[in-house]
Amino acid sequence: MTATPVPPAAGPVRNPEYDRARQHWIGVLARAHRDDFDCHEAALRDTDYQLIRAPEIGMALVRGRMGGNGAPFNVGEMSVTRCVVRLADGRTGYSYLAGRDKARAELAALADAHLQGAQQARWMSELIEPLAQAQADRRARQEAETAATKVEFFTLVRGEH
Amino acid sequence: MYVAVKGGERAIDNAHRLLAKKRRGDTAVAELGVEQIRQQLPLAVARVMSEGSLYDEQLAALAIKQAAGDLVEAIFLLRAYRTTLPRFCASLPIDTSRMLLSRRLSATFKDVPGGQLLGPTFDYTHRLLDFSLLAEGDYPGPDVHGHAQLEPCPHVLGLLAKEGLIKEETDLGEAADDITRTPLEYPASRAQRLQALARGDEGFLLALGYSSQRGYGRNHPFAGEIRIGEVDVWLEPEELGFPIAIGAIEITECEMVNQFVGSTAEPAQFTRGYGLAFGHAERKAMAMALVDRSLRAEEYGEEIQSPAQQQEFVLAHCDNVEAAGFVSHLKLPHYVDFQSELELIRKLRKPSTEQAQ
Repeated sequence: MTATPVPPAAGPVRNPEYDRARQHWIGVLARAHRDDFDCHEAALRDTDYQLIRAPEIGMALVRGRMGGNGAPFNVGEMSVTRCVVRLADGRTGYSYLAGRDKARAELAALADAHLQGAQQARWMSELIEPLAQAQADRRARQEAETAATKVEFFTLVRGEH
Repeated sequence: MYVAVKGGERAIDNAHRLLAKKRRGDTAVAELGVEQIRQQLPLAVARVMSEGSLYDEQLAALAIKQAAGDLVEAIFLLRAYRTTLPRFCASLPIDTSRMLLSRRLSATFKDVPGGQLLGPTFDYTHRLLDFSLLAEGDYPGPDVHGHAQLEPCPHVLGLLAKEGLIKEETDLGEAADDITRTPLEYPASRAQRLQALARGDEGFLLALGYSSQRGYGRNHPFAGEIRIGEVDVWLEPEELGFPIAIGAIEITECEMVNQFVGSTAEPAQFTRGYGLAFGHAERKAMAMALVDRSLRAEEYGEEIQSPAQQQEFVLAHCDNVEAAGFVSHLKLPHYVDFQSELELIRKLRKPSTEQAQ
C-alpha cells in the first residue's frame, strides 16, 4: 500500500510589515495591567470563540548577556501565562504574558485575534493606542522621577588670594 | 543510617499549628497582606526572587509571609514551587542597554554620558533609626519636573572598550549551559558560573567578594557601572515566528572594572566582572561581579590561592537551599548513628580505664 503524499499545509506567508504591527500590539497588550482590560472585557468576549490552548501558567528562562553585550547565560526563570483562542471565522489569537493571570491572558489572546480582523482599525484606536499612550505616560513619569535624582556636579575653585 | 521511628505525627501536626499561630502574632494587630509585603518590602521580594530563581513578585511575597520573614526559607519555598511549573521556552537575552533606568552610577567617570542617577537609594542616609516611621506617614517623593527626560545612558564600559582599554565581551553563538538541567561539572564554563552565582546566596557572595578586596585573591575592582531599572523580556514562540515582548522585569546590573592583564604580545587591558540579579539588588549584583572576576583567575593565568578564586569551593557552596538543607538535616534523628559512635568511644576508653586501676 502506498501512502498518498499529503501536500504540506500552506504555511502563513510572512509579511514583515504585518509581523511588526502585530509585534507592537502584542507588546502593548503584554504590558497592560489587569484593570486596563476591565472596560474592554465585554467587547472582547462578545464573539464566538474557543480556547485552543486554555490559559496555562509556566515559566520562561530569562537570559542575560555577560557584560551586557557578550555571550548569553541563564539568570533564572520568570512566571509566564499563555493562551491561544480561535474565533468562529478561524482567526487565532495568541498571548504570552509575564506573571500568572489566566483571565488577562485570555483577554490578550482575544484582543490579538480581533486585531487581525476587519475591525482592526477600531481595536487599534479603542484599545491599543490608549494603552500605548498610558504606558508611554507611565514611562515618562518614571523617567522624570529618576531625572530628579541626577547629580549636578559643581567644582569649587580655590582662589589664589 | 536512618531507622523509621513512629509516633511523632500528632506532635508534628501540633507543631505546625503552633508555627502558624506564631507567624500570625498578636491577633489584636492587623494581619499582614501579601500585597503589602510585595509593595512595602520590595528588596526582600527581590532577594527571594533572585535566589529562588523565579521572577514572580506575588509568589515571592507569599513565600516571605509563609516563612514568617525567614528569607532563606522563603527562597526554598519558591524553588520548590518552581519545580512544579513547565518551562515554555527561554527568552532572548535581555538588552540591558535599553533599560528604563531608575538608578545608574559610575564610580569610574564623574561625567559619564547620561549622568549619575541616584534613584531610590540608602546611600548617603545617616543610618539613624527614623522614629517617624513608627507612625503612619505620607511620602510623596521629590518634586518632579513633568517633562524632565533622561539622556541616553550607554554602558560605561563600552566607552573603555571603544578605546581598546578593556577586554571586549564576545558572543560566539554557543548555547548557554543550563545548570538546572545538566549538573555542574568542573571546570565550569563562565555561563554556568554566572547562572550559579545569580541564584547564589547574597551573604556568601558578599563575604567572598569582601575577602577578595582584603587580599585573598586581589583583583583590584572599580564599580564601572551599576544600573537598576526595568527591562522588557522578549520570547520568540515557534508558533508565531517572530519575537514578542511579554512584559518588563526589574533587574540590577553591575559591571566591575578590574586589574589589567597584558603580555609582550598584547598591550595591557582592564578585565571585567559581571553581576546581574532580579529586582533592586545592588549588593548582590556587586558581590556577584567581584566573585565572577575572581573565578576568571585561570582564564587570565593568575595563581589560584584564595577561596574566591576556587570555582569548586564557590559554586558548590553558594546555593543556600542546598547549604541550609545539608546543615538542617543534622536535626533529623541520628539515634542509631550516634549509638554506634557512643559504643566506639566507650570501647576506646575502656583499656585506659582498666590500666589506671
